[in-house]
Amino acid sequence: MRRTSWQEYQKDIADDKYYYARSCIRQNFFPGSEKAFLDIMHNDLGIDIFDDPLHTSCTGIGYHSDIVPLETIMTVVARQFSLMADAGYEHFISSCITSFGIYNEILSTWEEFPETEERTRRYLKEATGRELVKPRSIAHTSDIMFHHRHAIARKAKRQLRNAFTGEPLRVVEHIGCHYAKIFPKSGIGGSEFPYVLAGMIEAWGGEVVDYPERRHCCGFGFRNYLVQANRGYSIANSHKKLESMAPYRPDFIVANCPGCAMFLDKWQYAIAEMEGTVYGADGHGIPVLTYEEMAGLVLGYDPWELGMQMHQVDVEPLLDKMGIEYDREAKYLGKNGKYIGKPDIAAVNCEEARSIYEIKR
Amino acid sequence: MEDVRFEEGLKSCMNCGVCTAVCPAAEFYNYDPRQIVTIVQTRDEAEIERLLRSDTIWYCGECMSCRPRCPRGNTPAYVIQALRTLSQRTGLFVESEKGRQQLALKRTIGDNILRTGYCIVPRSVRPDLHPEQGPIWQWIVDNDTELYARFSDVYGKEGAGALRRVDDKTMDEIHRIFEVSGGKAFYDNIEKHSERKAREMGYDGADEEYMMATYTTNSDNHYEI
Ligand code: SF4
Ligand code: SF4
Ligand code: SF4
Repeated sequence: MRRTSWQEYQKDIADDKYYYARSCIRQNFFPGSEKAFLDIMHNDLGIDIFDDPLHTSCTGIGYHSDIVPLETIMTVVARQFSLMADAGYEHFISSCITSFGIYNEILSTWEEFPETEERTRRYLKEATGRELVKPRSIAHTSDIMFHHRHAIARKAKRQLRNAFTGEPLRVVEHIGCHYAKIFPKSGIGGSEFPYVLAGMIEAWGGEVVDYPERRHCCGFGFRNYLVQANRGYSIANSHKKLESMAPYRPDFIVANCPGCAMFLDKWQYAIAEMEGTVYGADGHGIPVLTYEEMAGLVLGYDPWELGMQMHQVDVEPLLDKMGIEYDREAKYLGKNGKYIGKPDIAAVNCEEARSIYEIKR
Repeated sequence: MEDVRFEEGLKSCMNCGVCTAVCPAAEFYNYDPRQIVTIVQTRDEAEIERLLRSDTIWYCGECMSCRPRCPRGNTPAYVIQALRTLSQRTGLFVESEKGRQQLALKRTIGDNILRTGYCIVPRSVRPDLHPEQGPIWQWIVDNDTELYARFSDVYGKEGAGALRRVDDKTMDEIHRIFEVSGGKAFYDNIEKHSERKAREMGYDGADEEYMMATYTTNSDNHYEI
């Protein structure tokens, strides 16, 4: 039976005129994805989206590491909203799942405890002279991509299909805990049947793979990754997910949250180095994509312009499967085509690596 | 206990244990969010103080998986966040190994925010402290100006785009917000209690050596029941 339960959790998403808030994590690890998102919106879809040079971190990682107090993050968030109003926008979109959760949590806390909103207004005024203006809507950037998925499908240069067999690619999606576990109603499909990524995958010709630990956390756990002594928690949770999905032989993983994408990529490397296990069907790692990279490939963007050379697990097997033409050597070029050398090879990569382990392929 | 998260996070717990069943921290640590909620619900002050001094409240990953599943509409994670805040305000966080790590978090993520306007920037993710980031990260850090320039015209400079430098006026506003809203005092308090504890533990204060000890020490006794 096909699930349609996601339709019970629809939310209104504005069609145009977005105020864009960057993510510290995404710009660090996936700067090409941020660029691709803006390019797709501007150039492919002709949408008005404002990239403000004045906003900052939402301090969300600090808040969830419990070093930034609630009153402080509320005031930082209020400043972002006031910048949006100054710029003449009212639809706030954030490129980070953690901050999307935070914006929703704070707006809801202000509703429920009006004295916290009053206090924030006072703090913001006193600290910056600014006035808090609340947004008309909040969305995650993947909601926006989902909203325009059919328009993207109409412009598609490629499908999420195996170019040789015509079969749909098998895709594992990971939506990230804070997307819908905090406020199920603010995520497409809610927390039980999130449809935001699945909707893109289906619209672009792929097939979504269900697996037992689909909703389990990627293992970030904030302090559980950020402090070296606690990283066992983080890798153990990613390990649990990877073990659970591997038997379904996914062609790639796509993640909603930049943190999750990074962890599922990097922990595959660490697991391969630590115990010699790789999870990809081809004897390498499973490529992990951001949804911007997935959309970019569908629209015919060059993989290195999308920043896919910054992944630890090589994406070439996927590109080859999709029949994408690309320049293998251009992967190692910096700005203006300067060759910058290659990273060392690891067990999850496609070239032969030296390892003390017999890699179990 | 005036934190709104105590009120929002805990209406009335029926001890069903659903939160513990879905909790990723409960799976890998000797940790049971249900028990924490129960203790807070009893308002037994001695027991609560024991929690504030313990490793127990620091295991949670704040994934929020417990929130949508609680049949009573509680959020154990909010209760834990409120306890962590209280443990730091009272200085009791330094009495546990996991609690002492707050200094490392303050000195990394916390100071990054006030220095750069971001939680992290590429050069703050040092490959020697992050071996799990693999050879690719070493390559990125070694070639950062060349690589990031492919995706941003403003890497380390002012303007709009990825990894731009946050301008001075904005940084002033962020500093003012931290002062006015208590964020700065919260940081200072973490430093103050860490300094005290470090001396008690035989360090020359909360220096780099103590900070690195909080960052790397794992007594490995967090798993047994
Ligand atoms: S939650 Fe996301 S946007 Fe906010 S500070 Fe962290 S990484 Fe940056
Ligand atoms: S799920 Fe809710 S009611 Fe059940 S033990 Fe946890 S907090 Fe209590
Ligand atoms: S938020 Fe904390 S207590 Fe709740 S499920 Fe996640 S790790 Fe467990």
